[in-house]
Amino acid sequence: MATVTDTQHAPHSHKPSGLSRWLTATNHKDIGTLYLWFSFTMFLSGGVMALCIRAELFHPGLQFFQPELFNQFTTLHGLIMVFGAIMPAFTGLANWMLPLMIGAPDMAFARMNNWSFWLLPPAALLLLTSFAVPGGAAAAGWTLYAPLSTQMGMGMDMTIFAIHIMGISSIMGSINIIVTILNLRAPGMTLMKMPMFAWATLITAYLIIAVMPVLAGAVTMVLTDRHFGTHFFNAAGGGDPILYQHVFWFFGHPEVYIMALPAFGIVSHVIPTFARKPLFGYTSMVYATSSIGILSFMVWAHHMFATGMPATAQLFFMYATMLIAVPTGVKVFNWIATMWEGAMTFETPMLFAIGFIMLFTIGGLSGVTLSVAAVDIALHASYYVVAHFHYVLVAGALFSLFAAIYYWFPKMTGKMYNERLGKLHFWWSMVWFNVTFFPMHFLGLAGMPRRIPDYALQFTTFNEIASVGAFCFGLGQLIFLYNMLVSIKYGEPAPQKPWEGADTLEWQIPTPAPYHSFTEAPDLEVAENGAIRAIKGGQHH
Amino acid sequence: MSFLRFSTVTLSVLAVTADAAEFNLQPPVTSIARDIYSLHTLLLVITGVIAIVVFGVMFYAIIRHRKAAGRSAKLFHENTTVEIIWTVIPFLILVGMAWPATRTVLAQKSTRGEDMTIKVTGFQWKWRYDYLDDNFGFVSHLATPQTAIEGDGVKPVNYLLEVDEPLVVPTGKKVRLLLTANDVIHSWWMPALGVKQDAIPGFVRDTWFKVDTPGTYRGQCSELCGKDHGFMPIVVVAKSPADYDRWLAEKKKLAAASADDPNKVWKLEDLKARGEKVYLQNCIPCHQATGKGIPGSFPALDGSKIVTTDKAAHIHIVLNGSQKNPAMAAWGKQLSDTDIAAVITYERNSWSNHTGEVIQPKDVKAARGGKV
Repeated sequence: MATVTDTQHAPHSHKPSGLSRWLTATNHKDIGTLYLWFSFTMFLSGGVMALCIRAELFHPGLQFFQPELFNQFTTLHGLIMVFGAIMPAFTGLANWMLPLMIGAPDMAFARMNNWSFWLLPPAALLLLTSFAVPGGAAAAGWTLYAPLSTQMGMGMDMTIFAIHIMGISSIMGSINIIVTILNLRAPGMTLMKMPMFAWATLITAYLIIAVMPVLAGAVTMVLTDRHFGTHFFNAAGGGDPILYQHVFWFFGHPEVYIMALPAFGIVSHVIPTFARKPLFGYTSMVYATSSIGILSFMVWAHHMFATGMPATAQLFFMYATMLIAVPTGVKVFNWIATMWEGAMTFETPMLFAIGFIMLFTIGGLSGVTLSVAAVDIALHASYYVVAHFHYVLVAGALFSLFAAIYYWFPKMTGKMYNERLGKLHFWWSMVWFNVTFFPMHFLGLAGMPRRIPDYALQFTTFNEIASVGAFCFGLGQLIFLYNMLVSIKYGEPAPQKPWEGADTLEWQIPTPAPYHSFTEAPDLEVAENGAIRAIKGGQHH
Repeated sequence: MSFLRFSTVTLSVLAVTADAAEFNLQPPVTSIARDIYSLHTLLLVITGVIAIVVFGVMFYAIIRHRKAAGRSAKLFHENTTVEIIWTVIPFLILVGMAWPATRTVLAQKSTRGEDMTIKVTGFQWKWRYDYLDDNFGFVSHLATPQTAIEGDGVKPVNYLLEVDEPLVVPTGKKVRLLLTANDVIHSWWMPALGVKQDAIPGFVRDTWFKVDTPGTYRGQCSELCGKDHGFMPIVVVAKSPADYDRWLAEKKKLAAASADDPNKVWKLEDLKARGEKVYLQNCIPCHQATGKGIPGSFPALDGSKIVTTDKAAHIHIVLNGSQKNPAMAAWGKQLSDTDIAAVITYERNSWSNHTGEVIQPKDVKAARGGKV
């Protein structure tokens, strides 16, 4: 197997320096780095809000925050985690790794890429500064249901504007991903051979382009109801508050998969690498991912079982939702079959990937319970739902992101992270995540509604446990930050391919990845899931 | 976190473990709630078995198929038979779940053949119940005092789950609820009855229940409806039909006795005292006990120009709500002329407001007749 090294050109030759390197960045690696640091910053600010929520809920009674501020925290925690942390983190990873994995010189539209990123900080500023305006930040929940969202102060307008901006950013990011994957794959890297991560981000990008305009439409209708005398959501003017929910969830359900599919892609590389085995059922993985993408458009009203839809609608959305369990199950079975008869080692990325499979499966199974409309009536808008979607989003999206960062850290930085700290970070997160969120299932079953700043006495114990867990979980993320900062500076130099079982294209280029990679496309012989069998040519500098 | 606090938590975990009810749905008291309960148990068993099998296989692999055990990987990567099996089996399991679930969904939706109908209206932040067959109704407010909520105030047993006027229903009768809301979406959730139905402003939705056993059942609003979403509980008291009839007769007599004479001329102190009650029940969440409001969100009444000078504007905004701030409801739809007169009189003569003016119910009636 040929390895392309190019020692003639120092990897740091043509880069602009200082602030302008970042402000005017067009290099996919620089932009990927910007995305990742941005999303981590947002993760910390959304996390602080979560801790404010858990502090208030530690005991019955109002100790720290008045209800209106509490509602602002729950709203902004959700919006920031979804649009500021998870989505940009996946876009950042796609930016960094996609060109390396498919043999492209850069993302297809390098300048648009710059704008996609630099729209995000202003949007984040709008969200964060809205706490300081009269009336405070939006307090209608991240779903911004009308007509409650028509009652708020200007914080709501800032939120709507921020959503518009972030929507434009992710649509542009998605166009870039689609064009890069469809047009810039190196010869030999065919669609049905390319890495699962590329497949997952491709399908995700299509979902984003399909649904972000729908969200923009929903919040724009809220905006015109608020200020321009329309009555989309006001029955007195011929509108309907439930229309908002239909439009919102037509965006909102695919959004769930926008945050889950890239995670599936990541895990589909980490598991094979550390099992030293090819991914089991690559083709069925591609089909399962695609069918999840398509089905995700047909299940939106399962978020609305309590609105009083007719029986036929309850049944249709119940059946369609249950159906999603089939391709999702196929994926889990494929990952486990990949581990089966492997020769596994358990470095930090593998630990996070296994943690992902386990907790995501629990979240999926509670999702099956919720899909049964009859039972959902008892659980909708309760803490059971809070537990369910945190199992899917924290343990799903976030754990897969950690797996990805640890996995590709050597390629990105040229250094090894500290393995002991990485493992500590995993076990710490795994334990405290479950301490935080598992009791919430019980709270929901027993009848505690979500989004309340204070609760009845029988809910005290589990809330105390959850709050202790949340603070420990939050603190544990500082281990990660410390590990990253110290390892970037003082980490051991990483070899070109630090993982014995890694076989995709990014491990065929020098470490750290040269500033410009594949300036000339390589000729590839590729097996399923982007595994490189032979490589000819290809230039980096 | 002090160690003491943490050990209290650990101890209470042990205490709770003894009480299985904390871990499951509330004990059901209607046929629907029982269906939901057993469906949930069925789902829990099925998903539990799936989890045990899947994780069992995974952990077996993790323990046995590791490099440290001196293994080398077997490089297989597909097997059509296995893949078909693990697609078909989950599908069949789902069909097995969907069958009983469909029956319960249809039962939940079958609201016909009711014995009585009650209209439920959600307000920010209270519930109104109208007994349509008997032509009377009342508003149900949170009964927990503000002092118990703030900080570590002493909490009553039914903290946040107690109301001044519970919804009273007869046992063994099919009660149909018609739900709507006055301002934003609320949701009427009564866990023991297996009922949760959104109340949507401008629309009417229905649901039903038939309670088997007399008792007091407690629930809460479950759709975020603004600031005091967490403070609008629901209490249902189910009485035997005979007790219910007695309660109904009593209630109607009281309602007739307390009906206000719209032409009565009130004295300042009497009206102000009544106004204080109205204020406590309706205005306090936003304008606060101090009349200072919440800067930026809800304006102060203490020293406000409208409240201290412009009488007509004051009556107008209370009756019809605010054009500028949709959070200010049109109270004309909810309160009687006497209550509105009382609360306006109270506001004009409280805190640092000393207008000495008395607004009579007939002033309010006249304003209602005027232009909107």
